[in-house]
Amino acid sequence: MAREVEKKAVFDTDSAKEVVKELRASFVAGKTKSYEWRVAQLKALLKMTEENEPQIAAALRDDLSKPELESYIYEIAMLKNSCRLALKEMKRWIMPEKAKTSLTTFPSSAEIVSEPLGVVLVISAWNYPFLLSLDPVVGAIAAGNAVVLKPSEIAPATASLLAKLVANYLDSSCIKVVEGAVSETSALLEKKWDKIFYTGNGRVARIVMAAAAKHLTPVVLELGGKSPVIVDSGINLQVSIVLILLHVCFLCDLHADILICVFQVATRRIIAGKWGCNNGQACISPDYIITTKDYAPKLLDSFKRELEQFYGKNPLESKDLSRIVNSNHFARLSKLLDEDKVSGKIVHGGERDKNNLKIAPTILLDVPLDSLIMNEEIFGPLLPIIMVDKVEDSFDVINSSGTKPLAAYLFTNKEKLKEKFVATVSAGGLVVNDTTVHLAEHTLPFGGVGDSGMGAYHGKFSFDAFSHKKAVLYRGFACDAFVRYPPYTRRKLRLLQALLGGSLLSIIRALLGWS
Amino acid sequence: MEGSIAGLRETFKSGRTRSVAWRKNQLKAVIDLINENEQTIYKVLHQDLGKDPAESYRDEMGVILKSANYALSCLDKWVAPKKAELPLVFFPAKGEVLPEPVGVVLIFSSWNFPITLALDPLIGAISAGNAVVLKPSELAPACSSFFIETIPLYLDNKAVKVIGGGADVGERLLELKWDKIFFTGSPQVGRLVMTAAARHLTPVTLELGGKCPAVVDAFSSHSKTKVIAKRIAGGKWGLCSGQACIAVDYLLVEEKFASTLIELLKKNIKRFFGGNLGDLKCVSRIVNKHHFERIYHLLKDPHVASSIVHGGSVDEERLVIEPTILLDPPLDSEIMTEEIFGPLLPIITLKNIEESIDFINSRPKPLVIYAFTEDGTFKKRILSETSSGTVTFNDVMVQFVCDSLPFGGAGQSGFGRYHGKYSFDTFSHEKAVLHRAFFPELEPRYPPWNDFKLRFIKLAYRFDYFGLILLLLGLKKP
Repeated sequence: MAREVEKKAVFDTDSAKEVVKELRASFVAGKTKSYEWRVAQLKALLKMTEENEPQIAAALRDDLSKPELESYIYEIAMLKNSCRLALKEMKRWIMPEKAKTSLTTFPSSAEIVSEPLGVVLVISAWNYPFLLSLDPVVGAIAAGNAVVLKPSEIAPATASLLAKLVANYLDSSCIKVVEGAVSETSALLEKKWDKIFYTGNGRVARIVMAAAAKHLTPVVLELGGKSPVIVDSGINLQVSIVLILLHVCFLCDLHADILICVFQVATRRIIAGKWGCNNGQACISPDYIITTKDYAPKLLDSFKRELEQFYGKNPLESKDLSRIVNSNHFARLSKLLDEDKVSGKIVHGGERDKNNLKIAPTILLDVPLDSLIMNEEIFGPLLPIIMVDKVEDSFDVINSSGTKPLAAYLFTNKEKLKEKFVATVSAGGLVVNDTTVHLAEHTLPFGGVGDSGMGAYHGKFSFDAFSHKKAVLYRGFACDAFVRYPPYTRRKLRLLQALLGGSLLSIIRALLGWS
Repeated sequence: MEGSIAGLRETFKSGRTRSVAWRKNQLKAVIDLINENEQTIYKVLHQDLGKDPAESYRDEMGVILKSANYALSCLDKWVAPKKAELPLVFFPAKGEVLPEPVGVVLIFSSWNFPITLALDPLIGAISAGNAVVLKPSELAPACSSFFIETIPLYLDNKAVKVIGGGADVGERLLELKWDKIFFTGSPQVGRLVMTAAARHLTPVTLELGGKCPAVVDAFSSHSKTKVIAKRIAGGKWGLCSGQACIAVDYLLVEEKFASTLIELLKKNIKRFFGGNLGDLKCVSRIVNKHHFERIYHLLKDPHVASSIVHGGSVDEERLVIEPTILLDPPLDSEIMTEEIFGPLLPIITLKNIEESIDFINSRPKPLVIYAFTEDGTFKKRILSETSSGTVTFNDVMVQFVCDSLPFGGAGQSGFGRYHGKYSFDTFSHEKAVLHRAFFPELEPRYPPWNDFKLRFIKLAYRFDYFGLILLLLGLKKP
């Protein structure tokens, strides 16, 4: 252990310089640009994931006590899907895109060519340490870049597993993992990169962007924010009964366990997105709920009922809930709960186990808007419910916070309300009648706006995030409009006006001297 | 200043700038502004830079009218949400990507094309439905005053503001929180802008410059060579006297062709601009004393001065520098390490034109690479082995007026892009929207977890619908 600490401590600016130098040499040599290299690396990444599923799940259990199934759904399977999609679509992605040309530049043709940016840096987060490290790397490889990955030191087991696996499976002259904390990251940030992709919090993001500014390096910042859920009181459950019965008839004697009553879909989808996503430690987890005063008690009841179904009577014992990542974060969450004006508002849960870093799913009703818990991202298993008179007032609550969240959710059957939600709420992504599922959808760009970050990825958007779109114009030698050149005359001016207007008729008129 | 920006934020919140009708109105107002002030614009451009009306129309007013008309004709298409395809597992669901305005944006424009570089981004910002502050460059004072006086007469005062002033005003503006900053200018100031933007996590577009090379290879026929020389001469000296970020900075040519090219360039200079310094016509002047000194200083280096093969004289009174050609100035001299941004054109000779690829790659990525060649293989090599914002084959400058091509840099020449739809995108946030129904509901999404659910999810991720049915019917063995 001591030796390891020593080994890590020597990663300074010089080592960073060496790493970048080696990767830049590989990039300049053109190694990463070839389609075959990209395919081989993506296949290797897929193979690496497939062959090491138990080890990956074990590392995630060490770092976060993450339930195996959660590790599988949100990390392993998502990454495999990313690799498969890139392998399938890459040929299409790298094709130059034809662009139209106008009369002004006739005769000509134009295209937009995607080219790799060069040597890129990916700095990832601890909450989904496997996925958030490698998913951007998939985009970087598909686009033909050399990559340095800096996994989060707060999930050390996954970080060292990543370092080992990447070195074993991928081309180490072009893709490297650098483990470390603040000093190693600072050393890396001093270097010139062609893109920095950062997942994490706003405070560090500012440091990353300021460091990038020194070298004019573009950045993608994937941050978080307080993602709200609006629950409309009008969710009519009775209408759905018929469907539930059909569901039951079809499946009844086969798998009783999947038939648990479909009552309260909204509640369950919120629970799945909140506590079922790393116990709330996810950037797109619901942060708080807004609902009407009338509906709040009913919603609370159904939460209590469903939570017990999911996690049992004593959730601290449940194997299906992740723990809090470390004691710092445990203390941070405890502070949010212990604030005077908040501690009395707990209506469900609140149990904590400091030794095992566990916090039970906790619901707070009617917390004041000026409390700590309502002014910073919770990133944990606490869920405040804010009450409004009319559900339409929810939009004001969200918009008056002055910050734009990464995601916003709405549960309703009313078309009008959906429309208003989509038009007035600004967030990275919006989901109507579900939570967090947009993350799995590669045809949708995933990224924030305002305080929740900038830039987007997933699917083709990942490829684009790591590509430069080079404009290419091909011209012939014929057809040189003399008006482009000095000496300038009044007639040339008229013809120019016609040419830039792009109207054939006025060009002819000007040529004939009629205008 | 702070107050007026708070006012803009109020306007944006009120939703006024979001309406498509408002956007179209404002775009029409931009067109009116240009059309109704044609003579004034000629005058202010002449005052600031000595631009001829035809040059002004070609590079500034014409460009703006074209951009504004294009945006007007495409706006309905641009604002429409784009459907996103979703797999069956999500059924029934609907995905779309909805462009929304980012909010209140700040545009810093540059002095060399004071009208275009201010209004072209403005068109993008308005099309996307934002409230805008425009800070025109103080180095083109007549144009800046023109904007301050005229924009309020045409555009919606509550949503579009012009703030004049120098670096101090720029700094104060940068302290405020913006939803996007669009900057055209030098890399040095670009760094300051991005550092300031980092404090508020504001995304930036940086339109910078760099040394844009022109590779000259095609000498198959004399008539083509003549066209090449004409295009280079027109594009270098006829465009604000080389004070353009996309101007040709230097030429790369094979030794044996250098003299032919120089002769043709000289002929074109004479034809376009007239004889000696005193009679120069149609040449923009250098913007100010400071830049005049800077460019003159590049020429004064004795090794550089001895490489002058044409021109080289200057008129300090009128701030005019003669179109100047240099043959093989030392590669470590400032003229070959700094962006020239003036009417000096160094010609670098190579044994073999293929060497130009290494030559370009050993320097920072330029905004544009121009290449005059008919050799298909060489074109491919240039495309795949070099990197730049744009590559233009067999012409100069014209890429700037192609609405269908993104305009922007790579590496040191900046990032982000605009023109046409790209301007709209630059000032929009692409919001992902997913609509789901309540039923059917996939139970295996929820805890408590068990082996059945894990198997279900594995199949669902692979979109193996047949396998899913077998599993549900209990026919699939683990």
